[in-house]
Amino acid sequence: MMAAEWIEIGRAEDIPVQGARIVRTGRGDIALFRTGDGRILALLNRCPHRGGPLSEGIVHGTRVTCPLHNWVIDLETGAAQAPDRGCTPVLPVRVDGGILRLGLSALPEPDHD
Amino acid sequence: MDRKRLVVVGNGMAGVRTLEELLALAPDRYDIRVFGAEPRVNYNRIMLSPVLAGEKSFADIVLNDADWYEANGIDLRSGVRIVRLDRDARQVITADGGRVDYDVLLLATGSRPVMLPVPGAGLPGVVSFRDADDVAAMILAATPGSRGVVIGGGLLGLEAANGLKARGMAVTVVHLMDTLMERQLDGVAGTLLKEALEARGIGFHMQAATEAILGQDRVEAVLLRDGTRIPADLVVMAAGIRPDITLAADAALPCGRGVRVDDWMRTGDPSIFAVGECVEHRGLCHGLVAPLFDMAKVCAATLAGRDVPGYAGTAQATRLKVTGIDLFSAGEFAGGEGTDDIVYRDVGAGIYKRLVVRDGTLAGAVLFGETGDGAWYFDRIRSGADITSLRDRLIFGATAAAAPPGGGAAIAGMPDDAQICGCNGVSKGAIVAAIREKRLTSVDEVRLHTKASASCGQCAGLVRDLLAATVGTDAVVEASTALCSCTAHSHDHVREAIVRQGLKSIPEVMRALDWSTGEGCAKCRPALNYYLLCAWPGDYADHQPSRFVNERLHANIQRDGTYSVVPRLWGGLTNARELRAIANVVDRFHIPAVKVTGGQRIDLLGVHKEDLPAVWSDLNAAGLVSGHAYAKGLRTVKTCVGKEWCRFGTQDSTRLGVALERMTWGCSTPHKVKMAVSGCPRNCAEAAIKDFAVVCVDAGYDLVVGGNGGTELRAADPLCRVTTEAEVLEYCGAFLQIYREEARYLERTAAWVARVGIETVRQRVVADGEGRRAAHSRFLHSQTFCQDDPWADRVSRGVDAPEFSILREVVR
Ligand code: SRM
Ligand SMILES: Cc1cc2nc3c(=O)[nH]c(=O)nc-3n(C[C@H](O)[C@H](O)[C@H](O)COP(=O)(O)OP(=O)(O)OC[C@H]3O[C@@H](n4cnc5c(N)ncnc54)[C@H](O)[C@@H]3O)c2cc1C
Ligand code: SF4
Ligand code: FES
Repeated sequence: MMAAEWIEIGRAEDIPVQGARIVRTGRGDIALFRTGDGRILALLNRCPHRGGPLSEGIVHGTRVTCPLHNWVIDLETGAAQAPDRGCTPVLPVRVDGGILRLGLSALPEPDHD
Repeated sequence: MDRKRLVVVGNGMAGVRTLEELLALAPDRYDIRVFGAEPRVNYNRIMLSPVLAGEKSFADIVLNDADWYEANGIDLRSGVRIVRLDRDARQVITADGGRVDYDVLLLATGSRPVMLPVPGAGLPGVVSFRDADDVAAMILAATPGSRGVVIGGGLLGLEAANGLKARGMAVTVVHLMDTLMERQLDGVAGTLLKEALEARGIGFHMQAATEAILGQDRVEAVLLRDGTRIPADLVVMAAGIRPDITLAADAALPCGRGVRVDDWMRTGDPSIFAVGECVEHRGLCHGLVAPLFDMAKVCAATLAGRDVPGYAGTAQATRLKVTGIDLFSAGEFAGGEGTDDIVYRDVGAGIYKRLVVRDGTLAGAVLFGETGDGAWYFDRIRSGADITSLRDRLIFGATAAAAPPGGGAAIAGMPDDAQICGCNGVSKGAIVAAIREKRLTSVDEVRLHTKASASCGQCAGLVRDLLAATVGTDAVVEASTALCSCTAHSHDHVREAIVRQGLKSIPEVMRALDWSTGEGCAKCRPALNYYLLCAWPGDYADHQPSRFVNERLHANIQRDGTYSVVPRLWGGLTNARELRAIANVVDRFHIPAVKVTGGQRIDLLGVHKEDLPAVWSDLNAAGLVSGHAYAKGLRTVKTCVGKEWCRFGTQDSTRLGVALERMTWGCSTPHKVKMAVSGCPRNCAEAAIKDFAVVCVDAGYDLVVGGNGGTELRAADPLCRVTTEAEVLEYCGAFLQIYREEARYLERTAAWVARVGIETVRQRVVADGEGRRAAHSRFLHSQTFCQDDPWADRVSRGVDAPEFSILREVVR
């Protein structure tokens, strides 16, 4: 991964367990999830189906169910669970002494839709 | 590193079944990697027919979900086709040129549909019927009024025709022979089948050869050899299948029609095995799952290093999966030299049965219209048992043949080794043993533990009978109530376990009831949260992460990710102060849309999540609270103006509506609850389509329950007439409490009342006065814990406050 710049975004405890918070960037909202077992995973906050805000979905294991039409998205890979197809970009997260850092350069350039 | 690498090509029914059997025998023997050309997990291909017919969804037919692969350490590469084998290097080569090593290779590539080599066969709009993509394409094309032509009158073709017809298409079947399903049916059964399908509006061209498919940019018609032109928007080719041996043949593995295997599924190369439709075993290729699953068993045992008897072939039976048409065929049906026929025909009832007897044994059976004894006959055919002594009763089936007293005879009369599930080769003895040992109580559980009825599903009725015969009819939990795919338990069972075992949290329930996923899914978590909330009022703490976003944020998410806010207008009443406050909020937060709802209140649409607390705060200041327009709980109480104003009004319907709303707001229920009070039988508040409603009359109050004006219209059932407002409140509380405690999550009162019967509800709420009062007070008790305005909680008491704000903004 070529995430050279790590941006500090807060602490793990800022994110509810089995929940998410948002980091707003010029290239779209990033959803930071905290799983039941304490892992922090980040995805572009856009469901591959019709762009639903994944941050608002129910988190189960390392997956989230999109609040709009119930697609299930894998938080580690960003892939939609079969039979649905599609993928949402994943961003690297680092936890250093409780501080969360997000590797923003992994984010694709903004698209123009 | 000492584990051998097993690569499976083909993520279909036979390949994955082999893995299941292998994992059961030797879970750690191999590092397993599966390549599947289809971009999805393994599903029940057989059930594509009910999916096409709209009777099931794709999710219903998934056999192994992603969790299964993960839990078993299988690396699934779905959507990746293997294009070549390098046997010297022991590698498979993917479409993009990647090479993957194997120590052992399993080919399970299935079949390809035969596409007739006629002109136009490649036009858009010509599809085969093999996988989920084909079905998706067919569903897309099958708009009502469009025209479909199915080429091929075999099992696949007819199931395709039926499915398309069910979707409103005009369907014609073109069949080369003079009988439908001629490989499974005799002439009479074929004709009866054709008549039954014609009665459903499907057209037939028999003994008709396809000359060409016509069309410019996409199909327009099918041209028959005799010059007939059948207009078509969609053409389904169901003219047969051919084992997919491309990889094997290219790699010079010995092949005939299929990849040649010995009785242990070994191909000509000692490190390559093959199973499924792609193989040829003792000169035969198979197209039904029963033999494939038998092969899978032998292959798995061999892969696990066990010494097992080889595969020696499987007798096959066919059933047509067209709902409402019962058809069964097994063994020889043609009769002829050295055979006798026993035939039974009841034209009026549409029943035809033909048994073929040879040398005192049953050699074949064709059943139409009544197939309940199919498994029993099939068993006689396979066992080759002498039937001479039964011969005069044989045609009347198991009951008559065994004739033991009482019900359940057919099943009771079967020996333990009788096969119940033909697809999966599961015997009566195995099912009974599983039921006893694992204390199974539903067909779903039996399916999960034994695989009986897991494939074509036709034996589900027999399994149910067997279950009833084993545990008693009353103990059988009806099918398909599994709460979700994380568990085999039904809603009712889970609820009962929560109360009986005193389970107090979601993880506790999941542990006690063997959930298959660590944290459940978006289906079961909200249900469990509700059941716990209902079981332990005041004790169980509502688990926010298990609630749908609307209920967590107390606003309804919209398609663009903004929210709508609906304040409660008690009984539909409002005043200038409230309206002014609403108007101010609209201005202050630039709320783009304001709409009067169908529930007599005002919806503010397009509010941003970050603004929600401030919007609520302003509304709270004017005395407005949440209308719970998002809740599985009380929504609205619709009222009319009633006696106070209306010249026909008999009682004060508005005041009574407000009283009902004051008593019930904030409650949580299995699904949303809507109420109404109309001042007279003109019923301006639409009581007939509410969950609980009151129609005022001179003599008192008529109560009605279980109405619904939504997806499935249902008129409410009359409950009873009462004479005081206090009684209305008591009956309402009792009705809601019993619904809360007994209905399944996401079951509206309409579905619940329909399921349990209005008589039961009347018995509990009206006849049993003591029960009613107790239920009402349980309702009021539970209300004491939830009548807090969720908006105020978040605005002034800081509940979940951080969730609303953005964690950080980054300018780039
Ligand atoms: C706003 C409103 C439409 C309107 O502009 O009038 C509405 C809007 C929605 N309805 Fe409704 N329903 C509204 C009155 C109704 C009514 C009429 C009524 O209540 O008198 C019905 C039929 C009556 C009934 O329920 O029996 C109705 C039957 C449904 C259904 C089907 C329910 C069913 O059991 O079949 C759904 C889907 C569901 O709940 O699963 C639904 C779901 C929805 C949802 C919540 C869809 C969703 O999940 O996002 C819509 C939310 C929009 C929003 O953000 O506000 N809405 N909905 C009405 C709100 C009333 C209120 O003040 O709370
Ligand atoms: C609509 C329909 C209804 C049916 N009804 C019945 C029924 O009622 N009863 C019954 O017993 N049977 C029925 N069948 C037949 C049954 O589904 C098949 O016999 C069974 O699925 C065959 O299993 P298989 O594993 O051999 O092949 P499949 O299930 O077809 O699996 C093979 C898989 O391998 C993949 N594959 C092929 N080549 C490659 C490659 N080179 N690289 C990667 N992947 C590859 C394919 O994409 C496919 O997913 C029905 C079939 C259909 C289509
Ligand atoms: S009928 Fe109800 S659910 Fe459907 S679009 Fe209108 S508001 Fe939405
Ligand atoms: S937008 Fe996510 S499921 Fe539709």
